[in-house]
Amino acid sequence: MPEILEMARAQVLAGGAGLGEAQILEVLRLGDDHLPELLQLAHDVRTKWCGPEVEVEGIVSLKTGGCPEDCHFCSQSGLFASPVRSVWLDIPSLVEAARQTAATGATEFCIVAAVRGPDQRLMAQMREGVKAIREAVEIQVAASLGMLTREQVDELVDMGVHRYNHNLETCRSFFPRVVTTHSWEERWSTLTMVRESGMEVCCGGILGLGESVEQRAEFAAQLAELDPHEVPMNFLNPRPGTPLGDQPVVEGRDALRAIAAFRLAMPRTILRYAGGREITLGDLGTRDGLLGGINAVIVGNYLTTLGRPATEDLALLAELKMPVKALSATL
Amino acid sequence: MTFCDRCGEAAARGDHAACERARALEPPRYCAECRRRMKVQVVPTGWTATCVEHGTRAS
Ligand code: SF4
Ligand SMILES: [Zn+2]
Ligand SMILES: [Zn+2]
Repeated sequence: MPEILEMARAQVLAGGAGLGEAQILEVLRLGDDHLPELLQLAHDVRTKWCGPEVEVEGIVSLKTGGCPEDCHFCSQSGLFASPVRSVWLDIPSLVEAARQTAATGATEFCIVAAVRGPDQRLMAQMREGVKAIREAVEIQVAASLGMLTREQVDELVDMGVHRYNHNLETCRSFFPRVVTTHSWEERWSTLTMVRESGMEVCCGGILGLGESVEQRAEFAAQLAELDPHEVPMNFLNPRPGTPLGDQPVVEGRDALRAIAAFRLAMPRTILRYAGGREITLGDLGTRDGLLGGINAVIVGNYLTTLGRPATEDLALLAELKMPVKALSATL
Repeated sequence: MTFCDRCGEAAARGDHAACERARALEPPRYCAECRRRMKVQVVPTGWTATCVEHGTRAS
C-alpha cells in the first residue's frame, strides 16, 4: 500500500482526523493501479465515521433561469445564450414535488432558486411554500437561494428551514476564473451567517470546471476548514450556450479519486452525489462511488436536467445493503 | 418534427444524434414545430415544456 494510504489509515480511519491539503494532493495523484485500495479505504472511513446509512434527498427549482450572475457553468444565468427560460413553480406543484420526494423514502427536500440572493417576492413564496409543505408532508426542508442577509437567515430559521445549501463551487484561487459577478469571500460570509444561525451548512461544488489537480486539493482543504454538515459533489455537465459548454467531462477514474480524497479530507461529512454523475460515472461508476466514500444521493431529476429514476438508485442501495437514513434519525 | 427540440436547428439539416443522446437526461428546450424557446419546469419525477403557440408537452 502506498505510504500516503498507510498514513491515511492511521490518521483518518483510526483517528478521525481528515487529511490536509498536501496529503489530499498526494491522494489525487495516486495511479489507477491504487484506485481500488483508495476506494476501499474511503469506504471504510465512511462506514466507521458515518455508518452504513445513505441520506436520500430530492431537489426542485422554485425559480428557474434569468439569474443576473455569471457562473460560467450555469445554464440559468441570464447573461449567456442558454435556452433555459425563466419560470416559477407554483405552490401546489411545489408541495406535490415534496410529496413525491417523500414517497421515495427521502428525508430531505431542497428548494432552490436561481438568484443572486432572495428578494421579497422569493421570500414570500418561500414562507408560503415551506408552510404548505410542513403541513402536508413528512420531510425536512432545505433551501438554496444564493447569498443572504442576516435578516433573511433569521427568516429562514423562523420558517423551519433546517439546512441551507450554498456552494463555494470551486477553490478560492480558481473561483475568479469561473465567476466574476461576486466573490468567493461573499459566498463564505453567507456560509458563516448560516452556521451561526444554527441551520445545518451544506456546501460543495463542481469538479471539471478546468481547475488543476492542485486546485482540487485546495478546494477539499477549504471545504474541510468550513466543516459543512453536507458536501454535494457535482461533476460538470457542460451546458449549451454557457462559457463552459465545450469543456470535456471529468474522467470516471478522476471522479472516483476525487470522491475518495474528499472523504479522506472530511471523514464525518454527508458526502452527496449531486449532478453530473450519470454522465461522468454511469451506472457502474455510481456504484463504485457509493463504495468509495459517498453516503448520500439526490434522487430523481435535478433543476434543469434529468437524473435516473429514483427506483434505480433505491434498488442499488438495497443491493449494496445500505439502509436509507430514516426521518427520525435526522430530527 | 421540423426543429430539433434540443438545439433548435432544423431537424432535417445536420446531425442531431448527439442531441438525441443528450435528451435522455434533459427535457426539450425548443418547440419542435416553431423553434420558440419553451418555458420548461423540471420536477423530481418529470417535466413540462410549454410553447406559447403550440401548448404544453409533458414527460
Ligand atoms: S448564482 Fe446560481 S443560478 Fe445564478 S448563475 Fe450562479 S450558479 Fe447559476
Ligand atoms: Zn439538435
Ligand atoms: Zn411552438
